[in-house]
Order: sequence, then structure tokens, then C-alpha cells
Amino acid sequence: MYTLTGLKLKNPTILAAGVLGTTGASLCRVAREGGAGAVVTKSIGPAPKTGHPNPSMIRLDCGFLNAMGLPNPSYPGFLQELEFAKENSAAPVIASIFGGTPSEFAEVAEGLLPSKPDAFELNVSCPHAEGYGAAIGSNPCLVEAVTAAVKDVVNVPVWVKLTPNVADITCIGNAAESGGADAVVAINTVKGMAIDIESGFPVLGNRSGGLSGKAVKPVAIKCVYDLYTALEIPVIGVGGVSSWKDAVEMMMAGAAAVQVGSAVYDRVDVFSEIDSGIEAFLRRKGYSDIKKIIGLAHEVV
Amino acid sequence: MLPLNAIITQITEESPLVRTFFFDHRFEDMEPGQFVMVWVRGVDEVPMGLSRNNSITVQKVGEATSKLFELKEGDSFGLRGPFGKGFTLPAKDEKLLIIAGGVGAAPLSPYAEAASAAGAEVNTVLGARNAGDLLFEERFEALGKVYVSTDDGSKGVKGFVTDALKNLDVAAYDRIAVCGPEIMMASVFRLLEEKKVLEKSEFSLHRYFKCGIGVCGACCIDQSGLRVCKDGPVFSGVQLIGSELGKYSRDASGRRVKI
Repeated sequence: MYTLTGLKLKNPTILAAGVLGTTGASLCRVAREGGAGAVVTKSIGPAPKTGHPNPSMIRLDCGFLNAMGLPNPSYPGFLQELEFAKENSAAPVIASIFGGTPSEFAEVAEGLLPSKPDAFELNVSCPHAEGYGAAIGSNPCLVEAVTAAVKDVVNVPVWVKLTPNVADITCIGNAAESGGADAVVAINTVKGMAIDIESGFPVLGNRSGGLSGKAVKPVAIKCVYDLYTALEIPVIGVGGVSSWKDAVEMMMAGAAAVQVGSAVYDRVDVFSEIDSGIEAFLRRKGYSDIKKIIGLAHEVV
Repeated sequence: MLPLNAIITQITEESPLVRTFFFDHRFEDMEPGQFVMVWVRGVDEVPMGLSRNNSITVQKVGEATSKLFELKEGDSFGLRGPFGKGFTLPAKDEKLLIIAGGVGAAPLSPYAEAASAAGAEVNTVLGARNAGDLLFEERFEALGKVYVSTDDGSKGVKGFVTDALKNLDVAAYDRIAVCGPEIMMASVFRLLEEKKVLEKSEFSLHRYFKCGIGVCGACCIDQSGLRVCKDGPVFSGVQLIGSELGKYSRDASGRRVKI
């Protein structure tokens, strides 16, 4: 058992937001069959959104590009899915939410409370939804205000997911901490684009999107490393983790837990694989506790 | 993978609303029942079952398919795939029953041909609204018996494929493969369930696909949470017991929509 911002996780791997999180049943599948210690839902907002036209996700040699455009059924439409996940997942369920203003964030959080999410993750980092996500997450004052607004209306932990598409991520992390965040999650996708050279068309329906997977891991490691130094609250690492080695690296940079997203492309049970890999590593190296490796890279030099 | 540039080599008018687009690329390793994502540039990208290893057969239903219908031979579209899990190939001498409704015949025809080439006996129940809408009748006829049903009675049994099925002993078949409108598949599902032959059956589902590659989760079905784009689109009948089949699907926002 592993404790993170007061939540009891059976292991430190967490399903990242926006991945297999549209339905209660798929969240349960990731928790049960996949072995995730906790799961985060698709980002839910104040009104139904169909998202951007397709193609909305493509696989590249170095990772994945996506521009979903925050498709979601709105918080009233998501209550039954969240309720199902809560009743059947046997793992904490974190509701990812977004809005265009602090009061919209608070409205969505309050609206989802009847289904009793274990925590909220504030999406202030989606790189390709106008007026939402990174549009808020690159402004420290707004990040602080959004965090404080949600903290005001809920009594469960609040995590804030940060964008790497800013000059200094620690400044945004500090704003989240000042707003009362219980943890930050770093990082969301890195802005990216692909063009079809046969026709000249940008491939994504939204023209550009966010890069995830292998290519972004070094970016995520650096962000987690810097945030670990700058903040008092835990940093949850995400970005390009697809193996136990990636997870250990992320924890040594300072991550208290690790989220996994696009790696479910290869296998849904990537979570149990990572967890058992971490366990074996700890035994082999003689670490008495997983906490011994969190932030290790800061201590050895 | 980035979409490959598929150049249209031939267009065949199958019925007023259905056309087959042949393209200059062969998916040699395709499993019948797999799909491709067809990118009509500047409009949308939609999933289509492969009707041969070098063709898709498309019903004009929305913006992307309407735009596709404006394309001529020599024009091109983007293609990614093949994706997902197809139908299970029967063993030699197995008896296979194909149940196809409307444009559902598209992924089933290469399956029927592959099964026949593998030495299986292939019979088909083929349904459509009217005689002119029957799809790939000659392809199925070349392999074995074809039992036809049309809604208006213009050919074969008047009614739905389930009406044509009533005259057949489904238990005599080793495998049953189904694709068509969801209401039709749901009634076939109930019939096979009553006859206690669900474990022999496979169904090809359609759901709204967002990423199409198994990551986003927009197409997950209840209660299993299986992804139609990656764990399917072909599922065994047993996997669909107690599922949402015939009851609801989800729209692009994830909201449930009654079927």
C-alpha cells in the first residue's frame, strides 16, 4: 500500500488523464486487469464537447501526436460513469476537470462531487483547446485562482496538471502550491505538428496538437526534477513512461508517483508490469522503501 | 504511422448509395474484418472495413463519405491501418455461416473468400432493404449457397435476415460471422443465444472512433471496457453477453445514444 496526498494506492502507477477514461467500465478495466494503482478520468468540463475533427491521434516513430479537443459529455453526463468506476474499480478514481474560468472549474468540481471522486486533477495544460487548458496554465495568477476556487468547494485532494509549454514550469508550480494544491502533475503534452508531404495538409484535424510518448520523457524528467526542488507538495511524474526503468528514472528525478498514458497502446497491463519491475529493482538494489529513490538524483550530486 | 497516400484506381457503383473505391496499395497481411482509417483531407477521418486488400466499400452517410463520393479515379485520400482484430479463420472442412446486412457485407466478403480458400464450406445469409441494395451477392454466390432477404420482398424472403435465418439450422454450423446494422446484429444475437450457439459466433461492431488506435477510449463498450478499435471490431458472441449491443452507443462527446 502506498499513500499519496492521503489516497491509498496499491502501487505508485496511475492511469493518465485522457486515456481510456471516457467510460466507467474502461477505467475499471485499467484498474483491475491493468493493475493501475489509481485511475484518472478523461477531462470533464461544463458543457458537452465533441472535440476536434479526426485525425485526432497518430503514432510517430518517436511518440504520439494528438489533438482530441477535450471531447466530453459534460459533468451531468459523466456522473453515471464516475459512479460506476467508483463502485467497481477497487482503486482510487481521480476526476480530471477543466473550465474556462475559476468559477467554471468550481462548478464542474461541485457537479461531480455526488459521485464521490477520490481527488480532482485540474487540467490547466491541454495544449490545443482554445480558452482552456494551457491558455490558463501558462498564467500563474489564473492557475492560483483556479486551484483556490476548486479547493474552496471540495474536501478531497486537488492535483494540478502542468504544461511544459511555458518558459518556467516552476513558476506555474509555485502558483498551484500557493492556490492550495495538494500535488502537481507534470507534464502534459509538448506542442507538436506533423504534415502530410503528399498533399501538404497538416495531418491532425486541428492542424497541431501535443506530443506524448518516448520523445517527451527527457522533457518530463527535467520538469519533475525542477519542480521537486521548487515545491513542498508532491510532484506526480508523467510523460513518456512505458517501462519500470522509465518509472524509476522519473521517481529519482523527484516523482512521488508515475502516470502512464500512451504506453497503453502496447498493452493495457503495462501498470502491473511497471509495478513489479519497480519492486524487483528495489529488492535487487537493497532499498528498504520506495521513498528511498524519490528525488535520489538530487542527493547524489 | 503517417497516413499513406492512396490513389484511387477504380470506382465501382454498387448501389445508389454504396461505392467501392479501389486504391493502388494492397494490404497483403490484412485479417478480414480489420479496418482502415480513411482520411478525407481537410474534412475528417473515418473508419472503414476493407472489402478487399485493396478496396473499401462505402455507404454515403455523412460529411466525410459525401466528400469521398466527390473524388474521381486518380484522386487520393489518406489511409492508416489495417487496425484492430478481424474474424477468426475457420479450419479446413468447417462449416461457416455468414450473416450480412446492408453494407455489413463489405468486411464479410473477403472473410468468406479467405475461409473458402482455407477449405471451409461457406453459406451466406444476405439482407438489404431491396434487391438493388444487395451487396456482393455474386461474390458470396461464387463460394456457396446464399439465402437472401429484402425488407420490401423484391428478392428472396420478405423481411429481415432473421426471417431468412428461421429456415436454417444454425446449430449445424461450426462458425457464424455477423456484420450489419446494430439492430439487425442485436436480433441475430438474441436468436443465436436462444439456439445456444453464441460460442460459435463473431460480431463486427461499429462505434464512434476518435483515436482509432486503442489509446483514447472513446469506443469502449460496457460492461467489459473493451475497445472496439483495438480489442475488436470483431468480438465473439460470448464477449458480448450482457453488453450494450443493441441498447446504446456513444456519440463524439461520449454521451450515451439510444439505438
